[in-house]
Amino acid sequence: MFDYTFQWRQAYRHLPRMLEGALVTLEIAVLSLIIGIVIAVLLAVARDSKSIWLRAPATAWVEVARNTPALFQIYMAHFGLGSFGIYLSPYVALLAGIAFNNAGYLCETFRGALRAIPETQTRAGRSLGMGQAQTFRLIVMPQMFRISFLPTTNQMVWAILMTSLGVTVGMATDLTGITQNLNARTFRTFELFAMAAVLYYLIAKAVMLAARLIAWRLFRY
Amino acid sequence: MIEIEKVYKSFGKLDVLKGVDLTVARGEVVSIIGGSGSGKSTLLTCINGLEPIQSGRILIDGTDVHARSTDLNKLRRKVGIVFQQFNAFPHLTVLDNVTLAPRKVLGMSRAEAEEIAVKQLRHVGLADKLKVYPSRLSGGQQQRMAIARALAMSPQYMLFDEVTSALDPLLVGEVLDTLKMLAEEGMTMICVTHEMTFARDVSQRVAFFHQGILAEIGPPDQIFGAPQHPETQKFLSNVR
Amino acid sequence: MFETAMTWNDLMFMLRGAGVTLWITAIAVAGGTALGIVFGVARSALSPWVTWPLAFVLDVLRSVPLLIQLVLANSFQAIAGLGWSPFVTSCVVLALYTAALCTEVVRGAILSVPETTRRAARSLGMTWAQDQTQIVFPMALRVGLPSWINLTLGVMKDSALVLWLGIIELLRASQILVTRLQEPMFILLVAGAIYFLISFPVARFGERLEKRWRAHD
Ligand SMILES: Nc1ncnc2c1ncn2[C@@H]1O[C@H](COP(=O)(O)OP(=O)(O)O)[C@@H](O)[C@H]1O
Ligand SMILES: [Mg+2]
Repeated sequence: MFDYTFQWRQAYRHLPRMLEGALVTLEIAVLSLIIGIVIAVLLAVARDSKSIWLRAPATAWVEVARNTPALFQIYMAHFGLGSFGIYLSPYVALLAGIAFNNAGYLCETFRGALRAIPETQTRAGRSLGMGQAQTFRLIVMPQMFRISFLPTTNQMVWAILMTSLGVTVGMATDLTGITQNLNARTFRTFELFAMAAVLYYLIAKAVMLAARLIAWRLFRY
Repeated sequence: MIEIEKVYKSFGKLDVLKGVDLTVARGEVVSIIGGSGSGKSTLLTCINGLEPIQSGRILIDGTDVHARSTDLNKLRRKVGIVFQQFNAFPHLTVLDNVTLAPRKVLGMSRAEAEEIAVKQLRHVGLADKLKVYPSRLSGGQQQRMAIARALAMSPQYMLFDEVTSALDPLLVGEVLDTLKMLAEEGMTMICVTHEMTFARDVSQRVAFFHQGILAEIGPPDQIFGAPQHPETQKFLSNVR
Repeated sequence: MFETAMTWNDLMFMLRGAGVTLWITAIAVAGGTALGIVFGVARSALSPWVTWPLAFVLDVLRSVPLLIQLVLANSFQAIAGLGWSPFVTSCVVLALYTAALCTEVVRGAILSVPETTRRAARSLGMTWAQDQTQIVFPMALRVGLPSWINLTLGVMKDSALVLWLGIIELLRASQILVTRLQEPMFILLVAGAIYFLISFPVARFGERLEKRWRAHD
């Protein structure tokens, strides 16, 4: 047992490259969250709309996003669309897959938040002469974001974890992709992936901290 | 002028307004009293088009509120309403609560809107609370802010729906004083209220509502002194 | 799209993959839940001063991608000469991951039982163990079970990642067929449908349960 010499120093040399990868990881997670939030708001409105033509596709999106693996969703973006002659790069496929997933989960979060905002808030907005869309944007949405801030933060952490799946569709520039490439060249699997694990942990903690600061700045009431 | 003609309104099978007629002239203050569930709130929300009606019509300065061609958002600038629940926007400061609609609906600049807002907030006695969030205000203060918010749109008519009913008894006075002040300034007002003293002292006419019908209307002296309708008599003997 | 080169044999191949997915999920959830209950009770009963190392490890398991954990564990078992197969390694990693998530579910459920209720039970002369089994457990179960169902479904979906260690579960089986038949969309849709048919009814059942139990409170 343990006739293996750990070579941390050698792995440590690759830290700068891995940090670059960590930035790409963060970038994809942030972009996927922003795209996910925008789509989730639209889905949330569509799911409670009167028109079946809006409700059905929105419901389908949400149920597929929540009832199939994230990896499956990324495969669909990368391999599946190939059937239609659409070939997304690993980066775009990964981003699309995670954004799809984020949107599905956040839609339900937002719907829960919307139910917690009294109908009288909308009434008050309308009675001041604001239109339906204006009332939603200026009165309802800010309150919705506040109520769902914590679950949204959790979704952001999930998004970071999901970015590691990119390596299965050939993503090479994010933290996992770079770690895997270094691993293929140096075979220091344990050391490299242990370092990646530490970096992922730190990113997750940094995101939680940043979220707390943002909440403190944003929600003074 | 607000003209309400034979208005019928139902929620599904429930008939709430069963042929209401009422005309309110410019500068007039009309109080509406009546038991709970008689349709008073519903009438107010129909007047500014928050609820559709089944038949009859409501004209505001000659504009039919429920006509398809009517721009309700535009009409509502003319008709302010304050509800029983304070409906403060919790994510905005007092000042922003009041400037929001003037800026976004009337297209005022921030400076213009703030000038008006500060004036209205001073009017209702909240000049020292501009940067405070509503959660830090008492119920009475929140309700006065809601009044200032409606007034900032420079409405020509104001509808008040039991604005003191959700307040601590100690805070009722400050809100009623604000309403009195508005009445004295000549604002046209319809006030649904349970405050009989207020109805008697401030309004030119008092209307008694019973089961979706305007059972009796007349000057306060008549309604409170010599009510004709048996339901009015019953109601007033109960509130005293 | 309905003209496909996929045969019944291919479908059976995928279903066998689905069997592997369910099998791994079952093992991981069984082991992870047992651990999660122990950890969860420990974390709610003992002082944080005692349990912080456990809390830290579980937090790490929740904050590091499963894929990284799988690679690390596989590499570790090779270094340590444990001789684990990828299947065993996958089950161990997924079970620990499940335990980390389950601990939070258990802890949350226990904390949701009001302190006053528990004090009432103790004041009736119940022992700590009686209080736990007679009062806390039944009440916590109602809060925890819907979350636990979601957790199980989450593990089922996350188990797709074990394909990275070469295990032919449902998604890997589909990928193999995609390479052979060159019909990515159709085959993946079949795979997605299988996942969906497993997950959706259970998720609905969980929602129903949650609503029913909340209505009874
Ligand atoms: N949005 C609504 N949907 C269905 N019924 C309503 C609604 N609003 C009010 N009602 C019903 O209409 C009746 C009159 O209500 P309301 O106008 O609020 O009475 P009041 O203000 O005189 O107490 C009540 O029976 C109430 O339950
Ligand atoms: Mg009412």
